[in-house]
Amino acid sequence: MTKIYIPLDMAAVAMGADRLAAAVAKEAAARGLDVEIVRNGSRGMLWLEPLIEVETPAGRVGYGPAKVKDVASLFESGFLTGGAHPLNIGVVDEHPWMKRQNRVTFVRCGVIDPLSVADYEAHGGFAGLKRAFEMGAPAVVEEVTKSGLRGRGGAGFPTGIKWKTVADCAPGQKYVVVNADEGDSGTFADRMIMEGDPLSLIEGMIICGYAIGGSKGYVYLRSEYPVVAKVFQAAIEKAREAGWLGRNIKGSGFDFDMELRIGAGAYVCGEETSLLESLEGKRGIVRAKPPLPAHVGLFGKPTVVNNVLSMATVPMILEKGAKHYADLGVGRSRGTMPLQIAGNVKYGGLFETDFGIPLGEIVNDIAGGTRTGRPVKAVQVGGPLGAYLPVSLFDLPFDYEAFAAKDSLIGHGGLVIFDDTVDMVWMARFGMEFCAIESCGKCTPCRIGSTRGVETIDKIRNGQDVEKNIELLKDLCHTMKFGSLCALGGFAPYPVESALRHFPEDFRKPALEAAE
Amino acid sequence: MAGAAPYSDERAREIIAAHMGLEGPALPILHALQAEFGCVPESAVREMASALNISRAEMHGVVTFYHDFHSSPHGRHTLKICRAESCQSMGAEKQANEFLARNKLEWHQTTPDGSLTVEPVYCLGLCAHSPAALYDNEPIGMVDAETLDGLVEEAKGK
Repeated sequence: MTKIYIPLDMAAVAMGADRLAAAVAKEAAARGLDVEIVRNGSRGMLWLEPLIEVETPAGRVGYGPAKVKDVASLFESGFLTGGAHPLNIGVVDEHPWMKRQNRVTFVRCGVIDPLSVADYEAHGGFAGLKRAFEMGAPAVVEEVTKSGLRGRGGAGFPTGIKWKTVADCAPGQKYVVVNADEGDSGTFADRMIMEGDPLSLIEGMIICGYAIGGSKGYVYLRSEYPVVAKVFQAAIEKAREAGWLGRNIKGSGFDFDMELRIGAGAYVCGEETSLLESLEGKRGIVRAKPPLPAHVGLFGKPTVVNNVLSMATVPMILEKGAKHYADLGVGRSRGTMPLQIAGNVKYGGLFETDFGIPLGEIVNDIAGGTRTGRPVKAVQVGGPLGAYLPVSLFDLPFDYEAFAAKDSLIGHGGLVIFDDTVDMVWMARFGMEFCAIESCGKCTPCRIGSTRGVETIDKIRNGQDVEKNIELLKDLCHTMKFGSLCALGGFAPYPVESALRHFPEDFRKPALEAAE
Repeated sequence: MAGAAPYSDERAREIIAAHMGLEGPALPILHALQAEFGCVPESAVREMASALNISRAEMHGVVTFYHDFHSSPHGRHTLKICRAESCQSMGAEKQANEFLARNKLEWHQTTPDGSLTVEPVYCLGLCAHSPAALYDNEPIGMVDAETLDGLVEEAKGK
């Protein structure tokens, strides 16, 4: 029997993976061939999706991007034994794009059957949790702290310190909450891990619950990800059936269970306190901090709120030890960052690498430049609230502090590439418009500032008192940055200010045509 | 797509009761109501307020906060077109505006025959395959004008 892998990942499905899997199954049956089709996660080489992989003695040979119309010729060329075909990319693990990476969080993503507990365990799964049970809770918190792991949601707060704060609270009900409200344009790492290696997230949550003394976890997932919801819910059930969730997990005496909750289309719920309000069944309005969620979180109880990637990285840290992880990266940016390469790009995908790689190397080398073939003009890093960076900053190393020094942020590692046709004034306007649509409305700088921001940029676009309005816009950005209650209003100025700073000529064009 | 069972207070109460064992049941209830009736009508909001022991104003505030919930049914199918930065880098804004103009629609509107509602969405996580769209629950990468027009036709058919 031959094993064939065809991803169930939403991006692969969006490029026809479901139809492809059906066609392969049908063709194999018609030819009387004995095949098993595994629906795996994505390897992250998204420009090759759907990528079919066939298990051969030489390794897993890839064929992509494969369409239904290619199925017959694939069988004829003997792809079940790794035969030659125009779509053949060779052994996937040997592919240059794959070999350049250092896969830590994503080491199993695309490799295993995401819904097989046995496959997960065969690839090192649950080893971290077993070790955690042996070490005892305080040592687990210590280990996570020593690894240098920082939140991958954007703020980069040290994960271990957050856990310790909750662990130190008086015993009682405590919660583990995972923020899977991945609303940022250009980011899809959370989605990929939840589809491709969901058990790693579940294992990370159990370890966290054990470390802090909490028995209940929630994953808050955005509603725009219907495929993820289906896969992840199935993974929870598989874990429960296998005894990894529920009472007295594997005889450890520790109880832990979890629920998947679906958001309802509000971007601001990606902010941790809004998310907690939403989980409680209220409007997703931000809370003032302090108190921190670590002290007064979900339903008023001490709560760890972590991003998907931070939580999914924890099992590996426990399995291999804090030092192994801390030895990767540069400066205070320890470990690896799963870069999400997107937008107008030739080789879009997920590329996991140690911190410190220069921005230009990512854009020109790894991503191969633009899909349209035109010169790169700007790269927006860190989501819709991240800064636009010009080509002149391409030597900037990818690390939290280096980016902060240039008034920009790496967020959770998304990069959206634009060619020279982009109008930066329009993008700045869009940033403000997005903030106006998605503001929760609680604080004035964000609620009013974003609306006034759109109006002011429109005046600039119309050539009305340009210099005066640019000054006004800068002042507005300053007020939003320092006066807003949360990162939505506080970070919305990043795209605007960076556009003003790096692309001043775009703002001083003669009156622009009305927006298309 | 979304269910279109006729609304009844009794059925709404059943759905609400089925979720009352959850911590913070409001969002799961709202999703379940919308899945059943295709929307969350005012009467259902009243039932929820009563069951959750909060004021109707407070419950109304919750329902209207979230983009996903609506008080009257959408078209039989929903097309969500991404407007976020990544898709814009591949010309999504122009493509969407032309599509809306061709179909004499604006964002959030439904075709006159009730077959299709068009909504903007801000990222589907398909950013390496921009521009992207979601037709009911089916994701579509590298969407073009032809595909969008095809979906309008497909929606009409069913």
